[in-house]
Amino acid sequence: MEFQDYYEALGVKRTADADEIKRAYRKLARKHHPDVSKDAASEEAFKSAGEAYDVLKDPEKRAAYDALGADWQSGQKFRPPPDWQSDYQFSEAGAEGVNPEAFSDFFETLFRRGHPGSGFSGDQNLRGQDQHARITVDIADVFRGAKRTLTLRVPQVDASGHVRIRDRSVSVSIPRGITAGQFIRLKGQGSPGLGDAPSGDLFLEVVFAAHPQFQIVGRDVHLTLPVAPWEAALGGKIRMPTPGGSVELKVPKNARSGQKLRLKGRGLPGAVPGNLIATLQIVNPPVKTEAGREFYKKMAAEMSFDPRAEMEE
Amino acid sequence: MKLTSARQPPSDVIEALTLAELGRFCHAETDWIIELVEHGILEPGGLSQIEWRFTGINILRARKARRLSQDLGLNMAGIAMVLDLLEERDRLLHELGMHREV
Repeated sequence: MEFQDYYEALGVKRTADADEIKRAYRKLARKHHPDVSKDAASEEAFKSAGEAYDVLKDPEKRAAYDALGADWQSGQKFRPPPDWQSDYQFSEAGAEGVNPEAFSDFFETLFRRGHPGSGFSGDQNLRGQDQHARITVDIADVFRGAKRTLTLRVPQVDASGHVRIRDRSVSVSIPRGITAGQFIRLKGQGSPGLGDAPSGDLFLEVVFAAHPQFQIVGRDVHLTLPVAPWEAALGGKIRMPTPGGSVELKVPKNARSGQKLRLKGRGLPGAVPGNLIATLQIVNPPVKTEAGREFYKKMAAEMSFDPRAEMEE
Repeated sequence: MKLTSARQPPSDVIEALTLAELGRFCHAETDWIIELVEHGILEPGGLSQIEWRFTGINILRARKARRLSQDLGLNMAGIAMVLDLLEERDRLLHELGMHREV
């Protein structure tokens, strides 16, 4: 496994006191919070900061971590000292706030402690915890539905109380017409229950993958549609790509750049399907030949058009 | 002849949750959910708490509210403001995206 430099993750010195560590964590948590930040790298940064803070805020864990020595570099190959498991017993401060998702292997091996039996008396049956994850869905899949296999990293406690990370594959069907922000529930795919109690559920929050051409607002699909000057001037039918396949669009005569054309019901499918909204953008062909230049000169001579007529002196 | 496919766990899309279900979904007490409603952060359908049904954006808002409260220690007023500002920002980012050159 790879060593994790928790001081580096929080951007503090090894000598930092508890207040400094708390301040550094809070600042990073605000900046990288997955609900706040749009940056793809933020989720990882938020997780690392949370993991680092979990260890450094706890005097017992911090002391144990410091005892590993100051010579380790982040990412360096690491093996826990042989006497580690017996030396340290961390008292988990309540289950609240403990992330059910796995932290790094380094954290899970060194700092996560299961409590087999502890806290639960005798043969009490307790329903397994629900688990949450995100699933990124391509816009094209919303049109036809899809099957996907997700790999989840799940920490599991064995009989002796040691934590092992297990990769678990779950196959998910993505129904046609799903939208971002909806949740898919997989019954019984959460944490296993205690005794005879049922497992928890797994909930997947649907997030749309960013698309270079299409933007989704609710069920409406927006796109900017480039058209040639003559297509805009003369009007007529043009073919345009949509996430659900190409469709024909009627451009009115004398269409303006920035004009929005709406195709009803051609947005995301659903009980009430969304609309497709194309914003026209007139693109001038680059003039590279003498014939092309002559053509423009002829237009300039024959068409009385002043694009700045409305502007004041 | 019917082919047996690989076992597929039953999955469904969540359409609506009751107060108790939303509490479990967010790992939160129902009192905390009621507070979200009182602050106008969630707007369930139904007249009484027993009839409350949380749908669509409300479920996502409740999840986000829970994370903001746990990860950043925000109170109700803070959560309400952050969620409103985030939605406003997403709208503006979308507007900006529409004006980008292709």
